[in-house]
Amino acid sequence: MIREKVAQAPASDVASTLLALRGVGKVFSNGVTALSDVNLTIREGDFLSLLGPSGCGKSTALRLIAGLSTPTSGVLDWRGGGTLDRSNIGFVFQEPTLLPWASVFDNVWLPLRLKGISRAKAAPAVTEMLARVHLTGFEDAVPRELSGGMKMRVSIARAMVTKPRVLLMDEPFAALDEITRFKLNNDLLELWQDERFTVVFVTHSVFESVFLSNRVVVMAARPGRVFDELAIEASYPRDEAFRTSPDYAALCRQASDVLVNAINSTAGAHHDGH
Amino acid sequence: MTAIDERVLELDPEEARRVRQERFERIGRWVLPLAIMILAIWLWDRICVWNAIPQYILPRPGVVLWTLYNDAGLLFSSLLVTLRITFLSLALAVIGGVGLAVLFAQSKWVEMSFFPFAIVLQVTPIVAIFPLINIYVNDQTTKLLLCAWIVAFFPILSNTTLGLNSVDRNLRDMFKLNGATRWQQLRYLRLPAAMPYFLGGLKIAGGLSLIGAVVAEFVAGTTGQSSGLASRIIEAGYRLNAPRLFAALFLISLTGILIFLVLSLISHLILRRWHESALKQER
Repeated sequence: MIREKVAQAPASDVASTLLALRGVGKVFSNGVTALSDVNLTIREGDFLSLLGPSGCGKSTALRLIAGLSTPTSGVLDWRGGGTLDRSNIGFVFQEPTLLPWASVFDNVWLPLRLKGISRAKAAPAVTEMLARVHLTGFEDAVPRELSGGMKMRVSIARAMVTKPRVLLMDEPFAALDEITRFKLNNDLLELWQDERFTVVFVTHSVFESVFLSNRVVVMAARPGRVFDELAIEASYPRDEAFRTSPDYAALCRQASDVLVNAINSTAGAHHDGH
Repeated sequence: MTAIDERVLELDPEEARRVRQERFERIGRWVLPLAIMILAIWLWDRICVWNAIPQYILPRPGVVLWTLYNDAGLLFSSLLVTLRITFLSLALAVIGGVGLAVLFAQSKWVEMSFFPFAIVLQVTPIVAIFPLINIYVNDQTTKLLLCAWIVAFFPILSNTTLGLNSVDRNLRDMFKLNGATRWQQLRYLRLPAAMPYFLGGLKIAGGLSLIGAVVAEFVAGTTGQSSGLASRIIEAGYRLNAPRLFAALFLISLTGILIFLVLSLISHLILRRWHESALKQER
């Protein structure tokens, strides 16, 4: 597959648009407006972070994209009109969400198994995917025997084993310690650079979003909405050197300022309302 | 590495105390109940001797043991009859309980509609229902089976239903995202997730099916050659044959204990790798 290096986010190229959210809103039956008038274009090969305080609807947005929920208003436009094909989506939850009774191998096999692919036929793909997340040799372990970071690796391998075009991640590393999180950040970037799938990554960590993404979409709460977008124009591959560079620090400060504004905008609206 | 290995030899007082306590606990778990049991049997024997209690009121333990040996043919053939009813009803309880639970799990409406009936069946004392069964069912074995089944199936039904419904929400979403069919979701997600609950229910049902079999026989009041242990007890009671009564009682509780142990072992073997309840505590 020949594809341009997308390291620097490509200039808005209509042809590479994967998904466009147009005026998307979601109101729950209890009257809470989780999302209001969200307009967002996700391009092929993007590593896009949704950054925001809790209650800004970033997880709701992810569920809408996954098709686990339907919008109250607006449309999700896949590739300019196409409908959603779920086999093209991988989802990584906040918790590892593994089958506790099944081995690592069987957990990663599961998406293929549900498509009717036998264990033997799935073996090469599963083995390769486990190697990609550095879990070779743990095929027969059950989740209980793994550390938090390893469980998350299994979860990522399971999401990626079907070779989806889009990987949706809902605060996947939030529960991990910092050292493990850094390592998983690096490995995820490596995987993304090799395969060039599209990632939508929900997080509440400024540092994580800046380190990983080429686009950071900052969201605000009550109602959940897109507040601003930042292009992170640092080149990939990004490694530990980038993590300690002044560029990274400057970008983090920039993103942090936007996030503070987003949070204040909510606080302001809240006070005005009373 | 040797330095680490040697640390076993030089434990600090606190760790040494812990190791000693663990060892005592391991031994005590078996020794203590055994010792108390032996003491109780000895006391029972002494009470009989000291008070010169006649055998038809309270036989000495040795006499009970002798009866067990002497009447072995009679008692064990009765035990087999009781066991047959017990295991058949347990098997039917598993099939009926799991089957109904799976049916309930297909739709909330089905569960809402029919679960109350299961509860009614459960809370009505079996002894009170029996006269009805007696009218409607002719075959003796079927009568007993039905009784034991009614007593035993509810814990399996209610536990399995609970298990099928307590699947992690994210896992359910994950299956949905991967386009799992209803059957696949049941087969690969809900049934395995319900396994610990089902096994918990099975342990209760195992004991209950024995109780059900014995109670059913009591109210049915069967006599003759093909009668179970309960009939032996009634019979021995009429004849003031206390030693045989005790011997039959001993066999029933022994059976109950064995059923419980076997089911616990099965449960442990199935769950040992992944479920909290079956895992050894680490540190």
